[in-house]
Amino acid sequence: MLRRVLALCGVLLSALFCGSSGANGGPWNAPYPLSDRGRSVLFSTFQTSPRHLDPVSSYSENEAIFTGQIYEPPLQYHYLKRPYALVPLTLQAMPEVDYRDATGRRLEEPVTEQAVASVIYRLRLRPGIRYAPHPALARDRAGRYRYHALTKNEIAEADTLAGFSATGTRELVAADYVHQIKRLAHPDLHSPILGFMERYIEGLDALARTLREERSHSTDPLDLRAFPLVGARVIDRYTFEIVLKERYPQFLYWLAMPFFAPVPWEADSFYGQPGMADRNLNLDWHPLGTGPYMLAENNPNRRMVLVRNPEFRGENYPSLEAQTTKRGPAPPSAEPRLPRIDEIHFMLEKEEIPEWNKFLQGYYDTSPIAPDGFEQAIRFDAQGKPEITPEMRAKGIRLSVATRMSISYVGFNMLDPVVGGRGRRARLLRQALAIAVDTEELISIFGNGRGVPAQGPLPPGIFGHRTGESGINPVVYRWQDGRALRRPLEEAQMLLAEAGYPDGIDPATGKSLVLHLDATSSGPDTKALFGWYRKQFARLGIDLVVRSTDYNRFQEKVQQGEAQIFTWGWNADYPDPENFLFLLYGPHGKTRHLGENAANYANPGFDALFHRMRTLPNGPARQKVIDEMVSLVRLDSPWLWGFHPQAYALEHAWMDAAEPNLMARNTLKYRQIDPSLRVKLQARWNEPVRAVVWGVAIGVLVLMAVVVWRVRQRARAVAP
Amino acid sequence: MTAWFVRRLGYFLPILLGVNLLTFALFFVVNSPDDMARRHLGERHVSPAAVSDWKRAHGYDRPAFLNPAQNGLAMVTDTLFFAGSSRLFSFNFGRSDGGRHIGWDIRQRIWPSLAIALPVLILELLIAVPLGLAVALLRGSAFDRGLTLLCVAAMAISSLFFIIAGQFLFARMLRLMPISGFAEGWDALRFLLLPVVVQVLAGLGARVRWNRTVFLEETSREYVRTARAKGLSEARVLFRHVLPNAALPLITTIVVTLPGLFLGSLITESFFAIPGLGSYTIDAIQNQDFAIVRTMVFLGSLLYILGLLLTDLAYAWADPRIRLGGN
Repeated sequence: MLRRVLALCGVLLSALFCGSSGANGGPWNAPYPLSDRGRSVLFSTFQTSPRHLDPVSSYSENEAIFTGQIYEPPLQYHYLKRPYALVPLTLQAMPEVDYRDATGRRLEEPVTEQAVASVIYRLRLRPGIRYAPHPALARDRAGRYRYHALTKNEIAEADTLAGFSATGTRELVAADYVHQIKRLAHPDLHSPILGFMERYIEGLDALARTLREERSHSTDPLDLRAFPLVGARVIDRYTFEIVLKERYPQFLYWLAMPFFAPVPWEADSFYGQPGMADRNLNLDWHPLGTGPYMLAENNPNRRMVLVRNPEFRGENYPSLEAQTTKRGPAPPSAEPRLPRIDEIHFMLEKEEIPEWNKFLQGYYDTSPIAPDGFEQAIRFDAQGKPEITPEMRAKGIRLSVATRMSISYVGFNMLDPVVGGRGRRARLLRQALAIAVDTEELISIFGNGRGVPAQGPLPPGIFGHRTGESGINPVVYRWQDGRALRRPLEEAQMLLAEAGYPDGIDPATGKSLVLHLDATSSGPDTKALFGWYRKQFARLGIDLVVRSTDYNRFQEKVQQGEAQIFTWGWNADYPDPENFLFLLYGPHGKTRHLGENAANYANPGFDALFHRMRTLPNGPARQKVIDEMVSLVRLDSPWLWGFHPQAYALEHAWMDAAEPNLMARNTLKYRQIDPSLRVKLQARWNEPVRAVVWGVAIGVLVLMAVVVWRVRQRARAVAP
Repeated sequence: MTAWFVRRLGYFLPILLGVNLLTFALFFVVNSPDDMARRHLGERHVSPAAVSDWKRAHGYDRPAFLNPAQNGLAMVTDTLFFAGSSRLFSFNFGRSDGGRHIGWDIRQRIWPSLAIALPVLILELLIAVPLGLAVALLRGSAFDRGLTLLCVAAMAISSLFFIIAGQFLFARMLRLMPISGFAEGWDALRFLLLPVVVQVLAGLGARVRWNRTVFLEETSREYVRTARAKGLSEARVLFRHVLPNAALPLITTIVVTLPGLFLGSLITESFFAIPGLGSYTIDAIQNQDFAIVRTMVFLGSLLYILGLLLTDLAYAWADPRIRLGGN
């Protein structure tokens, strides 16, 4: 018995060991087939599964990383230019804009807002752009679509998209863009921007009503070609127009978002067939676009694979012309045609530790910095500038830092009787708190230094943001020795006393003033953060009560104006000051108007300036208006300005050096890797410790032998 | 037997209904249909009309339990609770609030979960039963004391520690296997080895301790002494006599784990990037996807009930003294 057991274990362990080494011929710990290693494949990760890949409904960052590579809206952000600039993507040139008066007559620049009754954007496509191969576009010899009249059985037989053996393609035409704009109004697609765009696009609200009505009568798929839209019309094969009801210069930025990417009617016809949805066959999961990549594998629970679109027309690497980035000119490339990488594999990594370890092993090409790995990766020099640690540098890992187009702030509810309103008492109270809450400390403790203290609502990189002495918030900072210094606590205490709360004492009660902070709680870190806020307020003698709640209740309280002070944030939709300043525009107040002005700030002076600013072109006149607006809100302090988060990312030596572009979502086509260097370094970093295998195997066998021997001995002992 | 079976099934229906009712009530205490709509549509630029449309399209505009706008039976059937629940009992799980077909998703995800859970269960049994027998036999020896100490330590340590330590040691330090990941076909073995080993190690302590207790009780019985007195080999005594008589408590522990086999392990699957069912429910809760939450809770309770049914059947099979439905 003992001999048989030992022999079996020996055979199994030998087989496992030999099998592992023989089958791979490379590192044993590679998390993907070794055949992929030497190929032009970018390995990246995603943390949460995308829910929508249909451009009409996709509005999340975690979806944009996919949709950005697959779909092509008319415009895109220049990859290298800073400040960010829009350039044509599928268009021949930037859209032509016509202003019309109420009689339809063209208005010449400069136009006044009152005179404009409609705005027409004329967009001309470049010919020769083609869709990625897809069954929806497959035709038979007679020119009929092969898969547009399938029976349920045929769909069941195919089961997946790969089950449709034939694929086809066709040229992108203007009608596809118009079709997509109509899709915004489709009652089954629930586009998040429908309500917003109804305010601007002529006839979109009427179309939405018509389609809703149509849907109430029938559950059959709606063929949008039968429903005209006044505000989106085809002029010729390659030209279409979008008609807006009013001047909205920021509309151009929307034309760089997937909402305005083309979708062929064939896709809706194909996926609309009964039985498709039961197999998760829809545009949400199997997109169809003209971009440089197409989705070859969609397993949102494991991995998403983008492969080069064989029909992609190619694109040249952009040049900077006269402009330069911080890193200098664009990297030289032997392969200027885009895309430069064949495949992109996104692996689902829900936990930071395995993701971080795999990056260190070289199995992911880029990585954010896990909180646990921050000290291992980053150190700060004497000037407080982040740099890579020697350990990382020895591996050739590079660090890139970029300030996000976003702001994280603490808002005061301006409808609140204590902290709200534009009266002197409340304003001084808010100003005192703005000085006392030490944002620099917040960034240092809770963000590992990854943030820039905000001087107002506009982040760096946005037109209107000022740097240097003219850019500081004089309410909170003073300029000294060439840098912004937070005003001392004594000044805050004086302001508080002027507000009628000497040493933080509320004269109404004779006790410390009690304020309430509403926030969502998301774990142990937030508990420490709340404690920190309490400490900051306590420096002024104010008792801060934190009311942490779940996300839904928190949203509800802010919406209903029941939160007194609250934590909030905003990520830019587009790099225009309007997209930040509208957060303080009175008619966008959250409680009364259901807008994005969560603080319910209302200042008629600010609102009037906002009206002027939003239609002005970038230039000295607009800068002057923005300066005035920023001064007003700094004085009123409806927010504790918080900070602009910074993105730290690490990349391996085999990736090309690129300056991060935080607005563009279609940047993967520009990237390049050196797979041979990756293979070499992966092999060097991941040599398996073989001796341990033998040690463990022998140890297990010896242990088993001892146990069996002891059992036999004991058996003899207990036998009568 | 048939009467017993029918009676048990009769018990199950109200249990399932109760669980479903409780899930419904708890979910909507925390989330409102408006919250769900905003969660799915995104937080920005969403108009009240869009929220209403979303609710109408997903049936969340209906009253919860009683619809006063309807007459007769429709007052009950045209409600949010009934419309969702009735489908569950016909195993038509429908689509998630995000639009995906739930049944299809479950069919895709169940296999990776089983690919880990089944080997873990089998290996645990193959290791824990002989070890339990061995330590029962070697009671009081250094081996028994040492193993008991190890088992208690293993029980005291969080399974998360086993996972992180296992990944660090085997995948990062020794570089013997991938830290995490998954593949189709035979290549999956490479990725399953570490999570299976870690899971087995993490669960072995409790199982060996339990087995030791069960076997110790059995080995002290008279029939064991009689078997030894007959001159049977120790292996025969243990495997032929002790093991079958200790089967009932062992079966209980095995059957109770059955729902977990199918529903997966959240932590293990998250850390090892296994595309199983483990995170399906948690993700749905985070995304406020009631259709998935309701389905998964229903399936979980159904599997648990089936597990209990199987336990009773297994008892009758393992112990001839037990008669189902008898006195």
